[in-house]
Amino acid sequence: MTNILMPALSPTMTEGKLAKWLKREGERIKAGDVIAEIETDKATMEVEAVDEGVLAKIMVPEGTEGVAVNSVIAVLDGGDAAPAPKPAAAAAPAAAVANPGPTKGFDPQPDPPKTNGHAAGRVFASPLARRMAAQAGIDLSTLKGSGPGGRIVKADIDAALAGAAKTAPKTVPAAAPAPAPAAAPAPKAVPAPPAPPIAAPHRLVPHSTMRKVIARRLGESKATIPHFYATRDVELDSLLKLRAELNAKSPKEGPGAFKLSVNDLVIKAAALALRRLPAVNASWTDEGMVLYDDVDISVAVSIPDGLITPIIRGADRKGLAAISNEMKDLAARAKAGKLKPEEFQGGSFSISNMGMMGVKDFAAIINPPQAAILAVSAGEQRPVVKDGALAIATVMTVTISVDHRVIDGALAAEWLGVFKGIVEDPLQMML
Amino acid sequence: MGSGAMADAYDLIVVGGGPGGYVAAIRASQLGMKVALVEREHLGGICLNWGCIPTKALLRASEINHLLHTLDAYGFAADNPRFDFQKVIKRSRQVAGQLSGGVKHLLKKNKVTVVDGHGALAGPKTVRVTKDGKDAATLTSPHIILATGARARVLPGIEPDGRTIWTYREAMVPPAMPKSLLVIGSGAIGIEFASFYANMGAKVTVVEVMDRVLPAEDAEISAFAHKAFVKQGMTVLTGATVKKVAKTGAGATVTVEEKAGSEKGGKVSEIAVEVVISAVGIVGNVENLGLEGTKVTVERSHVVTDGLGRTGEPGVYAIGDLTGPPWLAHKASHEGVLCVEAIAGKNHVHPLDVTTIPGCTYCRPQVASVGLTEAAAKAKGHEVRVGRFPFIGNGKAIAMGEAEGLIKTVFDAKTGELLGAHMVGPEVTEMIQGYAIARSAELTEAELMHTVFPHPTISEAMHESVLDAYGRVIHI
Repeated sequence: MTNILMPALSPTMTEGKLAKWLKREGERIKAGDVIAEIETDKATMEVEAVDEGVLAKIMVPEGTEGVAVNSVIAVLDGGDAAPAPKPAAAAAPAAAVANPGPTKGFDPQPDPPKTNGHAAGRVFASPLARRMAAQAGIDLSTLKGSGPGGRIVKADIDAALAGAAKTAPKTVPAAAPAPAPAAAPAPKAVPAPPAPPIAAPHRLVPHSTMRKVIARRLGESKATIPHFYATRDVELDSLLKLRAELNAKSPKEGPGAFKLSVNDLVIKAAALALRRLPAVNASWTDEGMVLYDDVDISVAVSIPDGLITPIIRGADRKGLAAISNEMKDLAARAKAGKLKPEEFQGGSFSISNMGMMGVKDFAAIINPPQAAILAVSAGEQRPVVKDGALAIATVMTVTISVDHRVIDGALAAEWLGVFKGIVEDPLQMML
Repeated sequence: MGSGAMADAYDLIVVGGGPGGYVAAIRASQLGMKVALVEREHLGGICLNWGCIPTKALLRASEINHLLHTLDAYGFAADNPRFDFQKVIKRSRQVAGQLSGGVKHLLKKNKVTVVDGHGALAGPKTVRVTKDGKDAATLTSPHIILATGARARVLPGIEPDGRTIWTYREAMVPPAMPKSLLVIGSGAIGIEFASFYANMGAKVTVVEVMDRVLPAEDAEISAFAHKAFVKQGMTVLTGATVKKVAKTGAGATVTVEEKAGSEKGGKVSEIAVEVVISAVGIVGNVENLGLEGTKVTVERSHVVTDGLGRTGEPGVYAIGDLTGPPWLAHKASHEGVLCVEAIAGKNHVHPLDVTTIPGCTYCRPQVASVGLTEAAAKAKGHEVRVGRFPFIGNGKAIAMGEAEGLIKTVFDAKTGELLGAHMVGPEVTEMIQGYAIARSAELTEAELMHTVFPHPTISEAMHESVLDAYGRVIHI
């Protein structure tokens, strides 16, 4: 018998939704077979079988939310034809959380928890933090300590638990032999201060995992990052001309074909501006300023029920055709919910473009831990004054939102100037 | 400083030279700031001049007096042991004087400019110092820490007159040893004076409005201390209020009502004493600080701050007793350090967690505690494990002839966090830091059980109390 555990699809993942079982109990499985789909905060991932055998028991029914990483989701019978596993064994990781511990009397005290299996360097944590983490199934190496010298202390565990509790039912009803679907959604942690009830007639749509993540991350961003904004108008005529000329050179079909969008050129222009002013390609941390080696541009893509920011990595070094084709592929897979975590986690700068929707001007919320995001609006023909006379130019308004801890006003203005210079003299992008 | 008004610019101005203010000033100087400290009376503040330190000198004397009267138990005899009360008082003042001089030296060594006079905010980033009603100096700084402390609260009808009705201040420099006195309030200040005078031979009555003495302590510790005080000859009235203090030629007649519901039920009695000591809490020194027109918020006589001393007014900070309870010198000092380090932009500066601040009362037997009482822990939703160990099971305590006491530890049943420790008995004020370290370092019962406590010491009782919480106690 082999336990199949809830996989961690990213280093920060602590739980996920078991969206779908693709195999049934009793079905034979080969290594590499896709057995289930897991929905994390941002993507749907497939779980592949590592071993061969018969799917003896599904411990977590599909549709269950908040399944903790490393909890047992199913049992694989390797062929020794043993009876179904004892539910108690499977329930152990969850029970460790639910059981408040020893009762009265002279019961022996368990040994203090040993450091966990992560051998990569010593994790500094207080004894209390270690025990609380062990009880909650938190991997200490995933936490940042706020104590003396970065030591992980109780407050850090409390914060991690508070973050998890917003979405996490604590246990999976694994002990029930065949849980009825109604029993599956475990009780949800109720938010502490109940908001005043809404009296107006309404219906309540439960939050999706993504909606919760958007709410949390953007809420944190606005609450903790001192934003300020700088806006400039950028003339697009030269860029549109170059785009038309380049697109005309694309082969009709085949692997070398491309069709550049304005957004592709904006990505490249922003990436070059970041390479020239690397202080903007940065993140704030308490320890010091993080200056990224690479220019990785996160591009906001609207998808059903939310948005996601796939990343064009090393955008300053990529050609326009490569950026364009990569962006198309990422956007298509984003809309299908098939991005891999590493394709949307990270990034050093973000771009949000609402130009195709006719927006004239807007300011975006910084995508933490990045320090800046560029809001790109629609290009439109506007009257401009050139050499003292009225003329018509295609103009778009861009607004950069920056973290003032990282980027001061003068630097933000300078960056906009560099960006504008590249867009208005777009042949620089070809260098 | 010269007498004329002159504006001197500093990196930091501290108003008040008590244990909050002078420690903040020295820490700021260590961090490279140019610091001015304004003090109107004594460097070292109440703590050093009229509080913690001189009372410890007095209590040491009363302890010796107690020992002199128990010599026989140790095999000694002395005829007619007696004391010179004025010498006892004089020694206490000398101790305070010596330490105040020490603070002056420390400030000089750390290049802190000490400005003599009363400091008050006078516009943005400005402190005006007056001396004897005249302008003495004008100082400017982007950062101003107010550390002006607190004073005894006065109840209407029981105003101190320096003769019959005393506050802590008069009680520390009495003209003569009173034969009888009544203490209103059984917090740390009230109980220390009650213990001092009782051990010096006065007939002492303590009146406490709450249902137990030392009401901030764990209920079991309060009950233990109550019994010990009564055994020493004190009269302790809990759940009782002073209705009236009528001064007489020989002192005062105090009307006390014991509330309905207490054991004696609504009984009114009149107690004749030579002296009444009022120790009914303290109020912050928020007056004449120039707070009017600023965004500094004052609530119930205390300045409201965030965890790092910041007030509503940018650049104005407050620390220590001025900001509210617990009114402890070590809390003020620690807040001063945190406030200065936050101003200096140091990393890992966290607001002070009051449940890591130990509190000590130097009565006989001593009382000390840190963290949550059992009741407070339960009220916060903790499932608790409680350990108890009486000093009667400790060899060193018996050998010392001081086996009266109890150590109680409160753990979170699930995580093993030491939520609180509560002690009454010999030298517990010196031992509580062990539990305070355990709380700050976030040790669990496992580390405390694995720690080797030296034998024979009274600190072994600390170990045993932890063992008891987990059913492993050896010596009871």
